Amino acid sequence: MIRIEPRNANSAIFSYGVPILSAFIALILASIPLWFAGAPVLISYVEMAKGVFGSKFAFSEMLTRATPLMFTGLAAALAFRAKLWNIGAEGQLYLGAMATAAIGTGLIEAPAFILIPLIITFGCAAGSVGMVVPALLKTRYGADEVVTTLLLNFIIIIFLQYMLEGPLKDPMGLGWPQSSPILDQGMLPPLMERMRVHSGLVIAIVCALIAQFMLARSVWGFKLRAVGENVFAARHAGIKVNRTIIGAALISGALAGMAGVSEVAGLKGYLTSDLSPGFGYAGIIVAMLAGLSPIGVVISALFIASVFVGADSMSRAMGVSSYLADLVVSTSLLCVLIGGFFGRFKLVRTSLKGQN
Amino acid sequence: MTSSPVLTLNGLSKTFGSIQAADAINLELFRGEVLALLGENGAGKTTLMNMLFGHYMPDDGTIDIIDDSGHTEPLQLGNPQASIAAGIGMVHQHFTLAENLDALDNIMLGSEKFLNIRRNKPQAVQKVQKIMNDSGLVAPMDVAVGKLTVGERQRVEILKALYQDVKILVLDEPTAVLTPQEADKLFENITAMTRNGLSVIFISHKLREVLAFSNRIAVLRHGEKVGEISSKEADERKIARLMVGEDTKISSRKKIKVGAPVLELDNLTISGSSKRESISNINLSVNKHEILGIAGISGNGQTVLANAISGLVKPSSGKIKIDGKTITSNDPSSIIQAGVGRIPEDRHKDGIVGQMSVAENMIIEDLNSGKIQSRGLLNREAIMQHCSDLSSKYDVRGPGPNASARLLSGGNIQKLILARVFEASPKLILANQPTRGLDLGAAADVANRLLEARQRGSGVVLISEDLDEILSLSDRIMVIYDGNLRMAETHNRESLGLMMAGEIA
Repeated sequence: MIRIEPRNANSAIFSYGVPILSAFIALILASIPLWFAGAPVLISYVEMAKGVFGSKFAFSEMLTRATPLMFTGLAAALAFRAKLWNIGAEGQLYLGAMATAAIGTGLIEAPAFILIPLIITFGCAAGSVGMVVPALLKTRYGADEVVTTLLLNFIIIIFLQYMLEGPLKDPMGLGWPQSSPILDQGMLPPLMERMRVHSGLVIAIVCALIAQFMLARSVWGFKLRAVGENVFAARHAGIKVNRTIIGAALISGALAGMAGVSEVAGLKGYLTSDLSPGFGYAGIIVAMLAGLSPIGVVISALFIASVFVGADSMSRAMGVSSYLADLVVSTSLLCVLIGGFFGRFKLVRTSLKGQN
Repeated sequence: MTSSPVLTLNGLSKTFGSIQAADAINLELFRGEVLALLGENGAGKTTLMNMLFGHYMPDDGTIDIIDDSGHTEPLQLGNPQASIAAGIGMVHQHFTLAENLDALDNIMLGSEKFLNIRRNKPQAVQKVQKIMNDSGLVAPMDVAVGKLTVGERQRVEILKALYQDVKILVLDEPTAVLTPQEADKLFENITAMTRNGLSVIFISHKLREVLAFSNRIAVLRHGEKVGEISSKEADERKIARLMVGEDTKISSRKKIKVGAPVLELDNLTISGSSKRESISNINLSVNKHEILGIAGISGNGQTVLANAISGLVKPSSGKIKIDGKTITSNDPSSIIQAGVGRIPEDRHKDGIVGQMSVAENMIIEDLNSGKIQSRGLLNREAIMQHCSDLSSKYDVRGPGPNASARLLSGGNIQKLILARVFEASPKLILANQPTRGLDLGAAADVANRLLEARQRGSGVVLISEDLDEILSLSDRIMVIYDGNLRMAETHNRESLGLMMAGEIA
């Protein structure tokens, strides 16, 4: 008989060692299909490492990829801490992106120190709206937010396509469904010259630090944790549960919206309907990997971005199918998630005879 | 009784971390015998029974059990299937029935093969009917368990165990939810079953029924067996001393002149979705310096009445007045503001946030207080100081202020809640089943705190199923039955028991 029991106390070595060990196991597992594909395994992994750390450019690409994951990861982590299952970060990201395109492409002409905060404010607000609606439906009518947030994603994406074919369409875009470019003074400044990594990364890290502090030290964070861990006791103790849930929804949506702002105004410079390759959904994995800790989100977003970018560049360098890159990514995620499970729980073998 | 025991526990030991939950316990059980297992919470009763039932693997020791042919065989340890096969049945304190299935399905559940395509219901009905006839335990078989009364559900639980052809039946606090009359009936049935050769171990806190219905009493304390006496030679004082090691005293109740009313319910009616969740036209008042006991079997409207006073449900009609002022916004925070301290019935669910720390749970009702926070940020030092002050004042013991509250024992969780409630010097205290599941020491502590609060001038509403507790603490007693509340004129257990069963109004 094998039983699952929660671990009570973890040593520091243990809690850092498990994810690292899992990542290694993932590399070993992923080497099997690589070997079958005829690629020399060791060289492939060297290429993968080069793809992330091999050059300033590679490193910048990884950070660029990590930035939206940090925002959507934080959006998921904060909502999940309140047991508010926000699966709609993808849609909220696009709401934030649309708000950015609506304001930043010439509607308002203002210097950067006014325009950028304005874009951020409206982008976050748009994301918040996208999450507050499902949260209100949940608190008012008990509608399951997993369903409503997920379905809203599709509605928002169709709305996006309409906007890109209509009101937001770039008249100079040769008929392509894309928005006009964001004004230069509306763009988030880059962090390194001639590199794509932009100040959205700094905003993301600052958001994570603030979120970490607020969760642990503020009354707001206390209420959010209490509602998430035991809604009955929280209500009994006089905490306004619905208000807390709506509050969590506002912040979660705003963070997801900020991912959209950062992708449009930090990276691409204009809005298209393929802005996000599923950053909203990947954010859920980032958050779970981080154990819903905001600081952890930063680390796990860096990890996932490294695997994504590294595997991509490896498949190009080795001339193997890009599906192999996907395979490496998914094995790594699975291994680290399973490792995280074993970090939190232990299997107890109860032998039938003798001592255990 | 035959000379060789049907069950022998030899030196069973189990440690959890640094806690010795069971320390070389020896115990024998004879055919047709009723053995009562007594002990405070955490004394090791449940650990011992879980080892017997194969849920825990003992660190040391063996279990011998007699097989059908009369030979004594060692039991395979740590394997529930082996225990079931050997004829051990357990009825847990908390029911483990599927509420949407009918009683017969519940009884058959687990005794059918998974891949069975055809179910032999008629045969099962026959078998259950025979068990009912033999034991006198009767329950409707074709009604969903969720619709049965608590007493009926318990009978279904026992029938389910008996259906597996048990030789040894373990009952964990079987009367916790029954009226005195129902409990007596249950023990009559148990006596009838032992005549057919069944051996019974029952765990209880109620000394009275232990003395009345068992043949032998074994007492556990801190994981050790500290005594074993024949029930004929025992009396309540003797057993209590064995259990706690000393006499527990509930401070005697002094007569105090009551003051102005602190709680008035005026024609309070709540129409819930089911009868269990409804109360009608409740009128009561509780004064300063007074404990009002509300007796009744669970499921008669206590929960919804307590929820109304706690601010968790809105009344359909009627008024709640606290300290003379009508409550207009029925939510917990306004109720707390009005000066009501609440000890919830389900302390794990409503009382604490198990994953949060002991210190955080201590302040969860004072989040607006300037001592705890300033401008929305928590004052950590003050919270820690508050926690260590209250922990020593209210004797909350555990792994420390930063540990998760779920790691505390039941008694210490209740002390944490008491600390929270009494520290706020409430005008009114609502104590709903405050000693349920607590050991004698912790229960006495709760009782003394309630009496102290009465002395200080609080009004107390004490909702309890434990008649002894109601009788010893209350100035006035009311009985709730079927959502109606009636004043009890005479304070004796017989008439109260009849009122609780709805026999006399």
